Amino acid sequence: MTTAIDRSKTYSEMEVEQWLRMYRRMLMIRLFEEQVNDLYTRALMPGLAHLYIGEEAVAVGVCEALRQNDYITSTHRGHGHCLAKGASLDRMFAELLGKEAGYCKGKGGSMHIADPDTGNLGANAIVGGSSGIATGAAFSAKRLKTDQVSVCFFGDGALGQGLLYEVMNMASLWKLPVIYVCENNLYNEYTHNSETIAGDMLARGTAFGLHAESVDGQDVRAVYRIARELVNHVRQGAGPAFLVCQTYRFMGHHVGDINREYYRPKQEEQMWKTERDPIKVLGDWLAAQNLADRERFDQIQAELKSEVEKAVQFAVAAPYPSPDKVEQDVYA
Amino acid sequence: MPEARELTLGEAVREALAEEMRRDPRVFICGEDVAEAGTVFKVLTGLVDEFGKERVLDTPISEAGFTGIAVGAAMTGLRPVVDIMFGDFVTLTMDQMVNQAAKVHYMSGGKWRVPMVMRATLGATRRSAAQHSQSLHAWFCHVPGLKVVLPSTPFDAKGLLKTAIRDDNPVVFFEDKMMYRLKGPVPAEEYTIPFGVADIKRAGSDITIVATSSMVQVALGAAKLLEEVDISAEVIDPRTVWPLDEKTLIASAKKTSRVIVVDEGYGRYGVTAEIASVIAEGAFYDLEAPVKRIGAMHVPIPFSPPLEDATVPTEKSVFEAAKTLVS
Repeated sequence: MTTAIDRSKTYSEMEVEQWLRMYRRMLMIRLFEEQVNDLYTRALMPGLAHLYIGEEAVAVGVCEALRQNDYITSTHRGHGHCLAKGASLDRMFAELLGKEAGYCKGKGGSMHIADPDTGNLGANAIVGGSSGIATGAAFSAKRLKTDQVSVCFFGDGALGQGLLYEVMNMASLWKLPVIYVCENNLYNEYTHNSETIAGDMLARGTAFGLHAESVDGQDVRAVYRIARELVNHVRQGAGPAFLVCQTYRFMGHHVGDINREYYRPKQEEQMWKTERDPIKVLGDWLAAQNLADRERFDQIQAELKSEVEKAVQFAVAAPYPSPDKVEQDVYA
Repeated sequence: MPEARELTLGEAVREALAEEMRRDPRVFICGEDVAEAGTVFKVLTGLVDEFGKERVLDTPISEAGFTGIAVGAAMTGLRPVVDIMFGDFVTLTMDQMVNQAAKVHYMSGGKWRVPMVMRATLGATRRSAAQHSQSLHAWFCHVPGLKVVLPSTPFDAKGLLKTAIRDDNPVVFFEDKMMYRLKGPVPAEEYTIPFGVADIKRAGSDITIVATSSMVQVALGAAKLLEEVDISAEVIDPRTVWPLDEKTLIASAKKTSRVIVVDEGYGRYGVTAEIASVIAEGAFYDLEAPVKRIGAMHVPIPFSPPLEDATVPTEKSVFEAAKTLVS
């Protein structure tokens, strides 16, 4: 290994490993999503997909603070959460292509990846719709004394949904171990949130007595730091928390949303992409600290590219479910 | 012998809950005013004393919120029984029931399960006006992934509710609030009633009356009146409208050749329409007349007693319809 880890610095080897792991995870999500876009463009993927590119630090920073059996619920823009929680690339791709080998046997698709093995209660295509489920999982964890916590990921668009406030209220009343993570990417689909969100965002949590924090969602180290603190806080039974991550959706609302200038300027996108790319932010910092160099980053990228490629090949070659499975799984 | 024991429907529901909560520590109740108040209908009175406030959990007035929490709790190891005070309030839970509870198992390729029960009420004539009187059970029958139960007697209520709580799927259980004081035999011994098995409440040969929930009592009353004019009516209660015991309904239709379907939900696009269609498709060549549907009138339930009474099927209206069909 040719890593340039300068041991004279105050960082422990474990910390450096963790940062590189988070770097790797973010890049994995990025490459996965680029591949999804490619599959869509080549008409190999049925339906649509909502890409997480630009927001990788949120999922990775938060999930780094979680245990394998901690719960998450995800959104229509959910690939990043699932991968950050430990989903495997091949079964993810297979699900996106509607294949039997996918996480949901092809019955869920891009917006509904679920995986009990990694505590993933499911991505949800109703905006804010999973907040009840995430809160209910925290309810079970507390009642059954399992020491698990539950994280509910949602976008700023979900702040328009009443369900969220109903369950925040109950989570606080009953001191449930749940963290509501709002990914504030500034846009509710094609509408800037200055047109949809009145008042103070964080106050939506504090009004119900939640411990509320805001963080730079492009800085994975900062996201992880605050997430770890909040996870400890809720796991100890101190009640629910609300975390707003300031982030940005580099791509459109979905893969087909190409011409976006009618709702946001190109310069704005360009600024985020060049100055606030979470992978670059971490990479630059690691390099500046002499903790990793270009060679190391290239090596990670090459490894991931080959993993992603293999996973895509697996998914493309995998068989579709037989139509006679269509009525299976309606009832348990 | 204990056969003589009689309970009200409300008591039967309470006994089913108590027995299942004793049997399985994962079962809990949540909803508005369920603990000390025992619900507005006093159906749950006393349960909090035995099981405590953790398992008989008072919630804020947030039907969508506590239903959603129940879905998540069901997925992760508990077995919630959600209490929806008035069936009209199911409107507030629809995303959680229709898009979440009903679909979680299928969308996850069978990996996550939602073993929960939603108990709600239905039924008019309580002078409660348009937002506390509806019978909206048909909505849930329209959604794959849900099961829908409509007990008509204390015996059925107890046995079906125990089955509902043990089921690994989301079950919606509708109790007619006008029937809570209805008395009937309920054995003290343990029993459950399987879903999808209709019950012939009264055997007959000239006409079949398929009826649900409190309409079973209405149909039985009509059958008595019909007997006086020498018409022998068979009364069948599907007990669960999904799954639906199509076989028993069709067999009875073939036997009697005339069928009326009575349900307190709205007639248009309702439970009666579905059952009538099942019978028409399954027994067409044995039928002497088109299947007749009788449901609630297609109006918001009015407040004023003479207006409200006009909206729901009665013994007399079922009797008249049957007489016309047979003659």
